[in-house]
Amino acid sequence: MSSFQEIIFKLKQYWAERGCIIQEPYDVEVGAGTMCPETFLRVLGSEPYRVAYVQPSRRPADGRYGDNPNRLFKHSQLQVILKPSPDDVIEQYLASLEAIGIDLRKHDIKFEEDNWESPTLGAWGIGWQVMLDGLEITQFTYFQQCGGIDLDLVPAELTYGLERLTAFLQVRDSVYDIEWAKGFSYGDVRYRDELQYSVYNFEMADIAMLWKLFELHEGEAARLLKLYNPKAADKGRFPLLPAYDQVLKCSNIFNTLDARGAISVTERVGVIQRVRKLAVGVAHAWADQRQAVVAEVAQ
Amino acid sequence: MSALLPFLLEIGTEEIPDWMIPAALESLRVLFEGKASIPFDSVAMDATPRRLVLRADGVPLKQADITTRILGPAKSAPAQAVAGFARKQSVRAEDLAIEVTPKGEYYVATKEEKGRPYKDILAEVLPGVIALINFPKTMYWTGKGGPRFIRPIRWIVALLGEEVVPFELAGVRSAAITSGHRRLGAREIAVTTADYEQRLRENHVILSAEERRIKIRKELAGVRVKPDPALLETLVYLTEYPTPIVGGFDAEFLALPEEVLVTVMRHHQKYFSVEDEHGKLAPQFVAVMNIPSDPEGFVRRGNERVLRARFNDARFFWETDQKKPLAARVPDLAHVTFQAQLGSYLEKTERVKALVGALGGDAHAVRAAELLKCDLTTELVKEFTELQGVVGGLYARAQDEPEPVWQAIYDHYKPESMEDAIPRNRTGQIVALADKLDTLRGCFGVGLIPTGSRDPFALRRAAQGVVKILVEGKIDLDLAPLVNDGTDGARALAEFLQDRIRYYFKDSRGFLYDEVNAAMAAGWSNLADLEARLIRIRNLRSSPDFEPLAASFKRIRNILDQQKFSGASAAAIDPKLFEDGPERDLYDEYRRIAGQPIESVVSQLRPKVDLFFDKVLVNAPEDDIRRNRLMLLGTLLLEFSNIADFSEIVTTA
Repeated sequence: MSSFQEIIFKLKQYWAERGCIIQEPYDVEVGAGTMCPETFLRVLGSEPYRVAYVQPSRRPADGRYGDNPNRLFKHSQLQVILKPSPDDVIEQYLASLEAIGIDLRKHDIKFEEDNWESPTLGAWGIGWQVMLDGLEITQFTYFQQCGGIDLDLVPAELTYGLERLTAFLQVRDSVYDIEWAKGFSYGDVRYRDELQYSVYNFEMADIAMLWKLFELHEGEAARLLKLYNPKAADKGRFPLLPAYDQVLKCSNIFNTLDARGAISVTERVGVIQRVRKLAVGVAHAWADQRQAVVAEVAQ
Repeated sequence: MSALLPFLLEIGTEEIPDWMIPAALESLRVLFEGKASIPFDSVAMDATPRRLVLRADGVPLKQADITTRILGPAKSAPAQAVAGFARKQSVRAEDLAIEVTPKGEYYVATKEEKGRPYKDILAEVLPGVIALINFPKTMYWTGKGGPRFIRPIRWIVALLGEEVVPFELAGVRSAAITSGHRRLGAREIAVTTADYEQRLRENHVILSAEERRIKIRKELAGVRVKPDPALLETLVYLTEYPTPIVGGFDAEFLALPEEVLVTVMRHHQKYFSVEDEHGKLAPQFVAVMNIPSDPEGFVRRGNERVLRARFNDARFFWETDQKKPLAARVPDLAHVTFQAQLGSYLEKTERVKALVGALGGDAHAVRAAELLKCDLTTELVKEFTELQGVVGGLYARAQDEPEPVWQAIYDHYKPESMEDAIPRNRTGQIVALADKLDTLRGCFGVGLIPTGSRDPFALRRAAQGVVKILVEGKIDLDLAPLVNDGTDGARALAEFLQDRIRYYFKDSRGFLYDEVNAAMAAGWSNLADLEARLIRIRNLRSSPDFEPLAASFKRIRNILDQQKFSGASAAAIDPKLFEDGPERDLYDEYRRIAGQPIESVVSQLRPKVDLFFDKVLVNAPEDDIRRNRLMLLGTLLLEFSNIADFSEIVTTA
């Protein structure tokens, strides 16, 4: 039986063998691996790229104080980006499941329509949820648009739910019971994390302080975006990546405020629009900046 | 005639959404058959999630050769003209023949056009046909500006007889190689038109949807599965080699409402539910796998584990939600937006409550209206949005609300389709009516009016529901005053409702369109009354005298319109002005039948009307006589106009 970490090692190894850069998790809080610059910005433009990384993904509203066997405030996604997507991408994906010990001749695998969309990122794609014996284990998406930009090369995005996949392989009913490493369960490693963040997100987060932070980060991102000059000769050194970090901060604070019950449904749409505007702004500036960088390299 | 050949086209793709497949096949068939340039005897369509297949029989090897003769200049024409003709027809002048015609002798060019092989024609036509297959949503995958299809095309089989029809689409070259089941078949399989289906079968792909359907049904014989044809279709098009398996769950979950359990199984897991011999939900389910067997029980145990987790979640929500009763959730509705311009669900609740009162709802109806939308704040509805209303009803029952109240909440989204039943009790009917009318009035009031296929607030369904509830609930209410406040939106809504009323009586109830027009012209506001009149008209129609009488009514209407006559009234008739004979007879007949139902007078009235039109000139030269005749006809028309405007009836006479 493979442990949680062994499954991660094997998947990373598998995708490394297929030309992926193995990245480490991004060090700013995100709600999904898609939001990391390694996906959100790298899928733009015409440069091929292949990358895989495990990204802890924070969804404050999904926290359950460590009580629910299937729901987590923070879960781990293995994010794989293949840009452009190879013709045999589904074959490669299925073989990755076999690489972690799933004999697909003895299991039921289905691709059920599930088109992914992120209003906050101005991104959407066409794809499936991959069902293994009735369990959704992967979101498979052909990106069509990101930051409101039609993509030049269509990347395939594979997002594996690592806790679920491990619970499946280890035949565990609760994610807390899965074996992280020999002698350590997932609960040993993460229970306190789940409990304390649930308490904070649902009960103790200071709403006024969060709004203030949201506005500070929003202001910084907007300020930087305004300063970006597409005609500047040295625009390649303009700090768009730090600007994007500010957007990610906004997104995470928004999610925390949402979990805290501080955002009414009416406000929601408006706040999502504010974050989206910044994300789309960074994406457009980034596409412009990369074009210049690529052109420079070509000369 | 050249030899007739079988044709095979298989478009190999990544998994197509199940619900799009039948329409895509139909689209492909129509596009192919629409290509007049390709003759064939018959066409058959098949599909799995990974292939759209068209097979035709009797496609000729090549077109027939065509010989055309083109008449040129007269034999006597100057040599220059003859040479010019030959050049234009691309033949040598010495190859021109002379033809004797009644007008004299002429040069004739004979051109032989060789028939082209259909393989070549198909190769030209097919890429366009495939690209035009209609899907509700498409994607690109080869790069920006590349071809669009529902999912990436990965291989194409195109064979005419034993030969490949060569073409390329989205970087894929057509060939004689298909692909089997993703894990149980070979990735590349050489096929011919003759062995295609068999080769697929050997590679764990059942090509025929009907065969997959039968396989599932047959293997379920003996299991008491709740019939679910829509789910069966989903599974048929979600699998290439379907095999049902039976799994179980802990009987203690049966304490949860059946609606919740079935929704988890059906909508979230695509399982069939199973009943015991008394028709009660059994702690079992049926999953359909995409492999032939599960000898070690991996698939069954996996599905059982997933279902257990889902049921645990549902139980958690069910128990948590109950800690705060519905009644205590009313204020929370202030935070749930109904629609930006129309405010929160709390405001909607207040409006619906008032409307329930105006509709004559009792205290139960008012209570139901108050709690109606509270389930939108529950975790269970956030998790299973398709159960809104139902969950509210279940909580209301658990919280000891009276039966009419909880049933009204439970049913208030009904009817959800033309086939769906209306709410089961009068309280529910009134509340559902108020909820739908409020949505309609609100949306039309702020200009959210459905156009074409765009109807994001499902206003057609709401209006259809209003009509169905009023008619089938036999509710004696005037609809027009409820929607009419004199604004533009209200006028649009009144028209919208009339369209739905027409649609309901025609398409759902089978009345003829002219009957509906005739009856609605006499008023549409009270639908119970409209229905009663429609039934009378339909019955009348079987009388042999009815249509001729209706034709006469139409004639009367035309005459009155031509003469711009209005203001008919029996009191204004001057009997002294009538001539004896058909005219006075008609007047006497009118006096005899006035006030009687049309059914009992139609047979006596018709001959009198016929005779009148036969013998009497309405447009008499004398003003007073003409006017009196028009008055008589107008009065006659008016007599029955509270049932229908019979001049709307389309007659064959």
